[in-house]
Amino acid sequence: MEIGLAHYLTVAAIVFTLGVFGIFLNRKNVIIILMSVELILLAVNINLVSFSVFLNDLVGQVFAMFILTVAAAEAAIGLAILVVYFRNRGTIAVDDINMMKG
Amino acid sequence: MIVQSLAFYLFAAILVASAVMVITARNPVHSVLFLILAFFNAAGLFVLIGAEFVAMILVIVYVGAVAVLFLFVVMMLDINFRELRAGTLQYLPIGITVGLVLLVELALVLGTWVVSPDLATVAAAPTPTPDQVTNTHALGLLIYTHYAYLFQAAGLILLIAMIGAIVLTLRSREGVRRQNISNQVSRRRDEVVAIRKVPTRGGI
Repeated sequence: MEIGLAHYLTVAAIVFTLGVFGIFLNRKNVIIILMSVELILLAVNINLVSFSVFLNDLVGQVFAMFILTVAAAEAAIGLAILVVYFRNRGTIAVDDINMMKG
Repeated sequence: MIVQSLAFYLFAAILVASAVMVITARNPVHSVLFLILAFFNAAGLFVLIGAEFVAMILVIVYVGAVAVLFLFVVMMLDINFRELRAGTLQYLPIGITVGLVLLVELALVLGTWVVSPDLATVAAAPTPTPDQVTNTHALGLLIYTHYAYLFQAAGLILLIAMIGAIVLTLRSREGVRRQNISNQVSRRRDEVVAIRKVPTRGGI
């Protein structure tokens, strides 16, 4: 069977759903939540690249590169915030993040 | 062609399996390692589809930088992960519901969606055939001409992220002796040196 666009989109859809599901499954652990966000971005990248190749348009791969940039920046900032938070509170449980409530 | 199909199914299966392991592994270090495996297999899919440059960038950026950053944070923070896992089953039903709804929606989109036949003629940047230029070459030609400003903006985003991460995690601890150059330079002689008249056999 010929591997077409639908195959790649299916894989991306499954990975995307797993990423969303991971946020619910590990909703106390910020590190796993960040990893789930990375999975979601990976699924988006798979979508962009496969569309780019099968529609014969190179712009999709440029977009994928920019998404990669933003994902790297997001991971760096997120983990920095996580380290600061852990230093202040001694835990990373999401439930305890309520210092800023009014 | 059969080899390509087999390779696709292999990469896709390992990608999905390692994505499952990322969100279900008990040990976060295992999660990070499975995330690295998932990225490698996604890069394999990209190579298979003919997007070599994005695949290599994926390996370098994600595996080389992001995943190692995750690994550092997981291993350097002393976190009680057992405590964090408590009560996760409480949110399992809503998680499964949301996941299933999302998957069904994506399947519906995928099932009913067709590419417009004249879409190939309106491509913003038609991909050159591989015997003209390679994927990396074509991408470079596109990025450094039409998308030069966006490329610079991406660099700025990375710069801001770098400065932000440094500013966030930099701390000045009490009780640590550090060199303070401005204090050293601004010392005056009359502040730190006292001239005493010492009497003979008297001492100070």
